Amino acid sequence: MSLERPDRVDDDAVERTPDELEALLGDLVVDRDDHLNAPGFVIRPDTVQETLRTLKEQAGYDHLSVVSAQEYENRYESIYHLKKYDDPTQEVSIVVPADKDDPVSESAEPVFRTADWHEREAYDLIGIEYDDHPDLRRILLPETWQGHPLSMDYDKDRPQIATLPEHANPLEDHHKDAESDTMFLNIGPHHPATHGVLHLKTVLDGEQVADVEPDIGYLHRSEEQMAQSGTYRHQIMPYPDRWDYISAGLLNEWAYARAAEDLADIEVPEYAQVIRTMGAEMCRIAAHMLALATFALDINGDFTATFMYAINDRERVQNLLEDLTGQRLMFNYFRLGGVVWDLPEPREEFFSKTRDFLDQPPESVEEYHNLITSNEVFQMRTIDTGILPPEVAKNYGATGPVARGSGVDYDLRRDDPYGYYDELDWDVVTEDGGDNFSRLLVRMREVEESAKIIEQCVDLLEDWPEDERNIQANVPRTLRPDDDTEIYRAVEGAKGELGIYIRADGTDKPARFKIRSPCFSNLQTLPEMANGEYIPDVIAALGSLDVVLGEVDR
Amino acid sequence: MSSDQPFITDESQVVTETRDARMTGQGDRFNSRLREAFGSSPFILTKFDKFLNWCRGSSMFMLQFGIACCSIEMMHTYAVKHDLDRFGSGVPRASPRQADVMIVPGTIVSKFAPRMKRVYDQMPEPKFVVGMGSCTISGGPFQEGYNVIKGAEEVIPIDIHVPGCPPRPEALVYGVVKLQERVANGEAAPVTVKPYELEEFSDLERDELVDKLADQIDDDELVMRYNFADSP
Repeated sequence: MSLERPDRVDDDAVERTPDELEALLGDLVVDRDDHLNAPGFVIRPDTVQETLRTLKEQAGYDHLSVVSAQEYENRYESIYHLKKYDDPTQEVSIVVPADKDDPVSESAEPVFRTADWHEREAYDLIGIEYDDHPDLRRILLPETWQGHPLSMDYDKDRPQIATLPEHANPLEDHHKDAESDTMFLNIGPHHPATHGVLHLKTVLDGEQVADVEPDIGYLHRSEEQMAQSGTYRHQIMPYPDRWDYISAGLLNEWAYARAAEDLADIEVPEYAQVIRTMGAEMCRIAAHMLALATFALDINGDFTATFMYAINDRERVQNLLEDLTGQRLMFNYFRLGGVVWDLPEPREEFFSKTRDFLDQPPESVEEYHNLITSNEVFQMRTIDTGILPPEVAKNYGATGPVARGSGVDYDLRRDDPYGYYDELDWDVVTEDGGDNFSRLLVRMREVEESAKIIEQCVDLLEDWPEDERNIQANVPRTLRPDDDTEIYRAVEGAKGELGIYIRADGTDKPARFKIRSPCFSNLQTLPEMANGEYIPDVIAALGSLDVVLGEVDR
Repeated sequence: MSSDQPFITDESQVVTETRDARMTGQGDRFNSRLREAFGSSPFILTKFDKFLNWCRGSSMFMLQFGIACCSIEMMHTYAVKHDLDRFGSGVPRASPRQADVMIVPGTIVSKFAPRMKRVYDQMPEPKFVVGMGSCTISGGPFQEGYNVIKGAEEVIPIDIHVPGCPPRPEALVYGVVKLQERVANGEAAPVTVKPYELEEFSDLERDELVDKLADQIDDDELVMRYNFADSP
């Protein structure tokens, strides 16, 4: 079957037992603190680099998913969730406690480049300081913010001051260095090409980009705090829709559902899993269509044909989703243990509508290829620009179409199966180019794969025995997972690995809820793609990354 | 011509092709029912203000301004199927200096509020604002967030609120058309001083926080101060 990986032979992917890992790390391990998803090793705060380097180089843990930080009564803690790109079911958590009065921990940035932003976020929201970090500043909140909002003694009512620094006219003399003759240029935060409220601080050398620094946080809506103040059963589920709001709602809901269901040990009925799989893939089509639409806008210009075509297809798939869930954008359709209601009645009508939609792709994809990919101007703008080599992509923790466009064969739907994906016949799409064009091609081909998945789901749902249409498992009214259980679970969202880390403290609300956003890691690769290129290529690279700021900033 | 004779138009000298074409409907390139109703007269009598307001309401340029989830529905409103341009207000302009109407489509957070105020200030008068979604009304689902401004109206004046999370495109169309009606009737929300203003740092009242930040912020730098304790 297509889901088997041909290349899983190298030594790195050999699975090691937790005890073997502990033996490998030797004296570095001071304690064990296992999580539900992975063994956890507690290490001293000054041995972070050594530990991670050992795991990366000798055991093949080459993917730092996320750094989740939190404050306890008696200590601070950073957790490095490591995985393998070759087999994401092999996980290990490195737990680094830091002193309550003077929380300093060694930075992992020299080992995993992606730790840069993750540790800045931990510093910003929790207040842990990272030694040896290249640039430890606030990342989400304004520079002048007082206090660390997710730390324990934070006072939400204190006044704050945000600045609007006057960016000097870039043409003024003092921005021109006598030798290099560079110029500073702001792109955003209000700019049509930034896909939301993103601010790019760009330094130009002539027409070329000498340096670009994404400045984020313009949509930091305290999502983690909102989740931490909601109860597991019902109050958290509406929020995931609003992380990646490009209609990818069900994919996000699944991320929370998967983590919470594994945490509370809930088994989801198969029928509900098929409905989930179908809904999620509809969302993926809608999300990729918007990526395609806005990318074509960035490359081709104003509100033009391609945008309208793609929005038209989105309207069609949104109609289906509205029939299924009752909403166009913020579905709130999943429940822990299943979905909220069954397929819409009359079912035959829904199935035939869905089939009508699925009949279109061969023609409409042809149309897109005529409009975009076989357009010479478009090819000149995208082929061989914004190149992201696979090793760099891995170092930055890139996932999703961005990683797959660089030839990194990583898709959690296949590699860490959930839902009904492993029962269905579909392919993981990869392209080796690593340029803007490849990332677009990956998305366009994934739309076709999603259509294949939906079709198989519809077939299954049509023939499902009437008395086994069980959409919900029995879930207690109030969920109180055991004290001090921790879990990190991820699903393949529209943009890549969307993971949730939850720590339960025995109450009906999570003590720590950390969102691993794929866009956050993907956006970090922008300087690698853009430096040395021309300004229009930066815009193309950003468009092909397909970031959604609601998810970057959370 | 002697001065004691009254002035009489010499009809044979008057060029009437255009007028005749209009009256007989030959050149109907520019004709319309409205045109016919006026008959041969090329003039209408109205108040200048009323005329101008009618023009403003009939042709509004929106600012291409995306913030959060609502901007996705806003894009759908501009695009096929809903097509806001049918109502004469569907061409988003990328520059605030070319725009009349700002749709605020999303949550305003501390870092963005000064920028939004700046963009609003850059729009030429008269300008109008449509607040789209619950977040611009009260902060919506994120009202409790430590970083969230409790409604866009804390920062800029808003003419029309469209509730919903997010509002459907139909709702936004309804809101925009309502705004057009109001503009055509010459109504607009009074521009008042909002709780959160952009001001120079040295103009802030001195207190503990200001003293603490004094060495980080220049005196003439623009800042916005949030009093979260007093927020609704």
